Amino acid sequence: MECGSLPAGVRARAMSATWARAWLRASAAAVAEQRAWLTDLDAAIGDGDHGINLDRGLRRVLEALDGAETLVLPTGDLLEWAGRVIMGSVGGASGALYGRALQRAGGTLRAEAAAAAEPRDPPAPDGTSAPAGVQRAGPGRGPGDVVGRGPGDDPDGPSSSGPRNGAGDRVRVLVLAFDAAVEAIGALGRASPGDKTMLDVLVPASLALRRSMSEGDDVPAALSQALGAAALGLEATRPLVARRGRASYLGERSAGHLDPGAASSLLLVRALVSTCPDLPRDRRLPGD
Amino acid sequence: MLIQLVVYEAGSAPRDVVTRHPGGLGGTVVGLVLVAHSPELVRGLRAMVAQAAPGVPVGLAAGSAHGRLGTSAPRVLEALQETLAASRGDGAVVLVDLGSATMAVEIALEEATEAERRLTRLSGGPIVEGAILAAVEAAAGAGLDGVLAAADGAAVVPKLPGDERG
Repeated sequence: MECGSLPAGVRARAMSATWARAWLRASAAAVAEQRAWLTDLDAAIGDGDHGINLDRGLRRVLEALDGAETLVLPTGDLLEWAGRVIMGSVGGASGALYGRALQRAGGTLRAEAAAAAEPRDPPAPDGTSAPAGVQRAGPGRGPGDVVGRGPGDDPDGPSSSGPRNGAGDRVRVLVLAFDAAVEAIGALGRASPGDKTMLDVLVPASLALRRSMSEGDDVPAALSQALGAAALGLEATRPLVARRGRASYLGERSAGHLDPGAASSLLLVRALVSTCPDLPRDRRLPGD
Repeated sequence: MLIQLVVYEAGSAPRDVVTRHPGGLGGTVVGLVLVAHSPELVRGLRAMVAQAAPGVPVGLAAGSAHGRLGTSAPRVLEALQETLAASRGDGAVVLVDLGSATMAVEIALEEATEAERRLTRLSGGPIVEGAILAAVEAAAGAGLDGVLAAADGAAVVPKLPGDERG
């Protein structure tokens, strides 16, 4: 488990804030590095600004990621915050879609964390006796909030739920969060798989995650499956005729090109895998 | 032309300013909100609307937060609230240029109050023709659904000589 050793009977979160922050950083780096690629794809069948817009939004996230306000956020709140930043700064359809997706995924993780923290057993020691650290002021302090922690600590901390099947439950929660993101994009964008959009990467990825869950895979294995499906999904957009977005105005001429939204989605999924804290050495991705 | 009346009653403070539109009954004036990717486009369109139907409130929401081409949900909400205030409870019809602008409108409506949502209609009609036809209806005192119908129906209004409506 990622937070070092936890007290017995304590279940780690599906996605720690540490991992979430690493993912956001890696996503920003990947999009910045592949900006020209995304721009070229969007120039071919869109208005050419997907790379620029997404890069700008993720840079904005990066800039504020180490600020005092965001350092204390648990995962769900952090992703909701990132979603708001992206929605406000990326612009265009992708800002709205990725922004909404992150908000819904974050909301799901937050709800799951709250449900998990309802005491069933006597609360496990949660570090309140730790040396002086950041105290979070304000109303509504709950189990997920930072209490008496040092700056390097994970704001999620251990939860105080009883013993569960740790790995299986973590995959379950990841599946729920991923599904929430996919559902948000489909609803807001009125898109379905096959329309030549980011869903053509994200839906196969979510299905692979779900399949992995039913086969009892752990988080790294499930994510590897998701990445494989995502990569195939991107290539599968090439022959499609766009039915949504700016590319749909091109009709048949959109066929023969990869979809830029699907391409950026793949980058984000890849970043999720490469930053997964439990990834064994032999599953690390080239270049990581 | 707007005619502004201030009514005094003997011994009392002036009543509120009453704004009457020549065509409207009781001052009904549904507003329009123009949501597009280009600020220049909507500014020009608002000028056209002012010429065709003076007195109709028109809110603008165009350009991204960075002033580039694009749409911004917060700006849409702001423009909607301004227009609803100017239309004093008669409501507003929102017009959009492309599909992605619809997302900004939907997000804005989610942030709006229930009352604001009830007074707003989103038209799928073409933004230029729809705005003009809708504004003319609004200036004539049509209610919210009448103005929406005008905007929605703009796509089939014939433009070319020889195109006659059945």
